[in-house]
Amino acid sequence: MSLFRKVALAVAALAVLVLTGCSDQAYNMREGVTEISKEVYSLHMIVIWVCVVIGVLTFGAMFYSMFAHRKSKNPNPAKFSHSTTVEIIWTVIPFIILIALAVPAVKLLIKMEDSSNPDMTVMVKGWQWKWEYKYIDGDNDPSNDVSFFSNLDDASRQQALNAGKYFSGTKIEDENYLLEVDNPLVIPAGQKVRFLVTAEDVIHSFWVPDFSVKKDAIPGFINEVWTKVDEPGIYRGVCAELCGKDHGFMPIVVKVLEQAEYDAWLAEQVEAAKSGPDLNERTMAQLMTEGEAAYNKYCAACHMPNGQGNGPFPSLIGTEVVTGEGSVGKHIDIVLNGVPGTAMQAFGAQLTEAEIAAIITYERNAWGNDTGDKVQPQDIYDMKNGGGE
Amino acid sequence: MADHKPKGISRWLFTTNHKDIGTMYLVFSFIMFLIGGAMAMVIRAELFQPGLQFVEPNFFNQMTTLHGLIMVFGAVMPATVGLANWLIPMMIGAPDMALPRMNNWSFWILPAAFILLLSSLFMEGGAPNFGWTFYAPLSTTYGPPSTDFFIFGVHLMGISSIMGAINVIVTVFNMRAPGMTLMKMPLFVWTWLITAFLLVMVMPVLAGAVTMMLTDRHFGTSFFDAAGGGDPVMFQHIFWFFGHPEVYIMILPAFGIASAIIPTFSRKKLFGYSSMVYATASIAFLSFIVWAHHMFTVGMPVKGELFFMVATMLIAVPTGVKVFNWIATMWQGSITYETPMLYAIAFVILFTIGGFSGVMLALTPVDWQYHDTYFVVAHFHYVLFPGAIFGTMAAVYYWMPKWTGRMYDEKLAKVHFWLSIVFVNLTFFPMHFSGLAGMQRRVPDYNIMFSDFNMWSSIGAFGLGLTQFLFLWILIKTCWLKKGEKATDQVWEGAEGLEFTHLPSPAPYHSFDTPPKVD
Amino acid sequence: MSEQTNTEYEKYYVPEQSKLPFIGSVGLFLTAFGAGHMVQGGSLSWVLWIGLAVLVYMLSTWWAATIRESMSGLYSAQMSRSFRQGMMWFITSEVMFFAAFFGALFYVRILVMEWLGGSSNNAATHEFLWPEFIPNWPMEKTPGGETTTGMGAWGLPAINTAILLFSSFTLTIAHHALIEKNRATLIQFTAITAALGVIFMGLQIWEYIHAYTEMGLTLGSGIYGSTFFMLTGFHGLHVTVGTIFLIILTIRCAKGHFTPQDHFAYEAGAWYWHFVDVVWVFLFIFVYIL
Ligand code: HEA
Ligand code: HEA
Ligand code: HEC
Ligand code: CUA
Ligand SMILES: [Cu+2]
Repeated sequence: MSLFRKVALAVAALAVLVLTGCSDQAYNMREGVTEISKEVYSLHMIVIWVCVVIGVLTFGAMFYSMFAHRKSKNPNPAKFSHSTTVEIIWTVIPFIILIALAVPAVKLLIKMEDSSNPDMTVMVKGWQWKWEYKYIDGDNDPSNDVSFFSNLDDASRQQALNAGKYFSGTKIEDENYLLEVDNPLVIPAGQKVRFLVTAEDVIHSFWVPDFSVKKDAIPGFINEVWTKVDEPGIYRGVCAELCGKDHGFMPIVVKVLEQAEYDAWLAEQVEAAKSGPDLNERTMAQLMTEGEAAYNKYCAACHMPNGQGNGPFPSLIGTEVVTGEGSVGKHIDIVLNGVPGTAMQAFGAQLTEAEIAAIITYERNAWGNDTGDKVQPQDIYDMKNGGGE
Repeated sequence: MADHKPKGISRWLFTTNHKDIGTMYLVFSFIMFLIGGAMAMVIRAELFQPGLQFVEPNFFNQMTTLHGLIMVFGAVMPATVGLANWLIPMMIGAPDMALPRMNNWSFWILPAAFILLLSSLFMEGGAPNFGWTFYAPLSTTYGPPSTDFFIFGVHLMGISSIMGAINVIVTVFNMRAPGMTLMKMPLFVWTWLITAFLLVMVMPVLAGAVTMMLTDRHFGTSFFDAAGGGDPVMFQHIFWFFGHPEVYIMILPAFGIASAIIPTFSRKKLFGYSSMVYATASIAFLSFIVWAHHMFTVGMPVKGELFFMVATMLIAVPTGVKVFNWIATMWQGSITYETPMLYAIAFVILFTIGGFSGVMLALTPVDWQYHDTYFVVAHFHYVLFPGAIFGTMAAVYYWMPKWTGRMYDEKLAKVHFWLSIVFVNLTFFPMHFSGLAGMQRRVPDYNIMFSDFNMWSSIGAFGLGLTQFLFLWILIKTCWLKKGEKATDQVWEGAEGLEFTHLPSPAPYHSFDTPPKVD
Repeated sequence: MSEQTNTEYEKYYVPEQSKLPFIGSVGLFLTAFGAGHMVQGGSLSWVLWIGLAVLVYMLSTWWAATIRESMSGLYSAQMSRSFRQGMMWFITSEVMFFAAFFGALFYVRILVMEWLGGSSNNAATHEFLWPEFIPNWPMEKTPGGETTTGMGAWGLPAINTAILLFSSFTLTIAHHALIEKNRATLIQFTAITAALGVIFMGLQIWEYIHAYTEMGLTLGSGIYGSTFFMLTGFHGLHVTVGTIFLIILTIRCAKGHFTPQDHFAYEAGAWYWHFVDVVWVFLFIFVYIL
């Protein structure tokens, strides 16, 4: 009967798929690089094999019956319709299997959730659609805390937009497409690092598969999660909770450095943070080029590269705020402080004075806005430090 | 009362007849299935290869959201309500549903709700784009204006479901023919009774959740805002208190269908009837205490995570009982493989595969790696498409001859089956791999390491979509063009149950004016 | 091939076609559509009122139709049982609706307050995000820094509790009177119950005005205000519906619609009222006292 051959073939194909899936890394969960992630991986493999075995037995019995008890072979059906013994057996056995699975899972989970006694702490904050990392020193002097934002790199952004409109596009070949950022999170090897995960606006989720770390970033709450990575290297992850339009475009890159390199890196960051902003005067042309780049990086996600906005995100062309008479102050205010309760976030702390000045100049002169207004970093600095309201 | 049917459009608009209402539910659900499926096609087209090529990310999210909502609330749930309407009165020997006018009201609220929901696509700011789970604050503070219409749409769906469920419960408790004791009822009636109970318990909670969203959006409350002392995670607790029982609402009727079809074509009584009933009830009970397995990464206290992990794993036990009972029913039967049986068998196997991935997801530490990846998408499509949808298709093939008096085209139906089963696996099996390899859900674009899996999924999805037009054609041919041989009254050799033993094919407009006697 | 008639069993009345359900759906659609525009302050808000009007028309016509059918003896005992069970399950669904809000209240009070105050696995939440927040209930200050107050239990709310408990009592007297065919008592006590409902609502509105104008306790007063007004507000809505129900029942009693054997509508109204009452007791304990 060809029917059975078909079924058998389909099952065989499926089984092959499953089995290759279990042996080949590219098909399977990553083993990762931490003690925890390796344990997670082995628990994953155990439960897969448990399922495969139960599946083989269950489906095996079923296929045997389908084959041996079809009407042409077995014209007279049996009459039984229950058996308390078997029913008890197949209630109890799965129960025991499940308990056996639950025991290691409970132990592992308790270990994973124990973020006590860390060697260092990094606050991880999700924003629409970038990550902010703040190194918390513990010395109660915020000026020693390093913090920076981590955005999707420009190369991925360009490729996403330019690539393959069907049939005509260029093929994407970049191995780290959508998994590269401008400023990676840097942590030292061999240290227990505690992450304090939270969010500014909506829920995000901080996921680095190689560490087996995934924790939701909830606005208004801080979740803790930890890792200890022994091998230096670059590890990539993504935001794993739908957080709006560019949810797919907020990767996480973690650079694990040897302790000495890490210390050097940190010292450099602290230094840079203390050196104060660059408030040099710029020419219009400079402002426009810098502005265009920064606009495309930070603003175009919502207001679109052509400034026309999109859905809930308003257009910036010819509007009261952008081109209105004497609206520069208002414009700067919105960009610095955002519009509370909307997706328009406060950029004051995220961008440098120079960037904000350039962006505002760009917005006021691009896309036919042509106001001729020129905003200098010093203006922004003044406004930020009490010049405004 | 003869077999008179009112004529014209008013027959459908104003009807109080359970069969007409059942038909409307089924037709409505099929239309929604096509619309929701068309949205899946958009999703799969965008994901065919890496890069943004087809739709914008925001529109992609709208498609994902509406696809999930429409499939769950528009396709699967109305389909099972349609089956309940057609079958329950016939199966228990009742003249109609207990509350016929309310029955019609339940149905006609649905088009209203979905017009509201779908019209949001054309609104300023676009349709809801926060996933079918609409987590706050993405759906409250950051939701598009159309969110309000979505909220009221959900209220309407809730009203419709609750009224439908009350009707089923009352019909089952109060309209059984003499002699039809509870433990003699066909299992489909049992599973629907329990489904209806779940609906009455959880739909109001969903209504509460969207009401809180509404007041958070417009009336200054802070249920989901920490600054006011609320908690965004509280939304998820309330939503999943509804959401998890909801997934069993979608699958229990399919369990009932399998329990009707497998004995028929095995020509053998259902194995372990009473354990089936108890298993169903246990699943329903457990479904109320496992909801937070969707929230293992939100940062619950460890004790909570452990509790929900263990409770979730327990569901595998009663579900296993059901699967084993079906196999024992086939055991030493005298099996033939008409289309309904093929679907029922595929249902058992593929649902079980989906159940296995469910148990994997239930293990909290590992769920940290699976959560919000395509592994979850693979899991729930296995329990939903080859689960709930195959169940419904099995039911349609199985009872269509009884409804219309004509056999469907068996050859075409087999083609439909084989194409569906190949494509369903081609579509959803690779998603396990892309998920494990690290592809997160709800993204319009991905890294090139996931390219191959996605290409296969997309090819499978297009095939699966096209295949469903064959189903449409089979339905049109049988129901509308009235082609196909006449069905006998018993329809299937091994069929039992009042609808096959006590009613002609097609079943008369009013089934049992006076109750049959059951012994 | 229908079975032979068996006179032991009743014939179930299946109503003929009816336009009402469809009209009701149109009404619901317009209501939802209008409400959507209303909350957004859109120019199509007026559709809401049309929708509600259609709904009121439809519900009253439907109700009238069932009264007519009931009075003309179309309803068998089995039908009454259907209605009764339907009503029970409807009330169950209402209970679950309130459960969502009570659940929110408990979750916030027992867990979220403590977490924001730094307990369990949320020490960092308190330290970094809401260092000023003091977790007490009723909150004095929201984490965001707005001051609020709680509503005391022993003024109006206690009086209201007494009123509602008393109304359950009067309703029971009326119900007994119905069964004992004591018409005068029936009408009087049903009317008194309805009147108590009206008084309750009056006091409740007074309390709201007091909260808004003098205490500064509003829907926007953090989660305390949210749960307080949503719970008492939805309860108030149900009292209103229940009172209307009771008023109609009073009229029907006066017209002599009910017999000791057959008075489903009266029972439904009574159940509904008791349900509203029980919800209030929970409210009084969990919202006001504790
Ligand atoms: C019909 C719908 C349906 C059904 C029936 C199920 C059934 C189950 N589901 Fe699933 N689930 C969904 C629909 C469904 N699910 C959806 C839609 C989501 C995603 C929602 C979203 O986020 O959008 C989801 C997500 C989901 C998650 C969250 C994943 C995450 O987001 O991280 C989890 C975690 O525990 C889970 C678990 C389970 C379990 C344990 C079962 C069990 O009931 C399965 C039991 C069955 C079996 C186990 C097979 C048969 C049993 C045997 C043969 C016995 C022997 C077996 C063993 C001993 C293992 N499901
Ligand atoms: C019962 C429920 C159900 C069903 C049947 C399906 C069916 C399908 N789903 Fe499902 N899906 C969900 C429920 C369901 N889905 C849910 C709940 C989600 C989660 C949403 C969320 O994340 O919020 C989801 C998410 C989801 C995703 C993830 C999206 C993301 O994370 O971004 C994907 C991706 O491939 C997908 C694909 C498909 C495909 C290819 C089908 C196919 O089986 C569909 C087959 C197609 C047809 C049957 C239609 C045929 C019609 C045509 C070919 C066009 C005809 C056109 C007209 C008539 C106008 N779905
Ligand atoms: C996450 C999405 C998002 C990003 C990124 C974003 N904006 Fe906005 N922006 C908004 C939204 C939403 C509004 C509308 C706020 C409102 O409702 O008033 C807005 C409003 C504005 C306005 C006021 C427009 C008007 O006419 O009222 C200006 C100016 C503006 N944004 C500039 C910027 C600049 C400059 C950047 C980048 C540095 C930026 N935006 C980045 C979402 C965003
Ligand atoms: Cu941030 Cu998804
Ligand atoms: Cu679940």
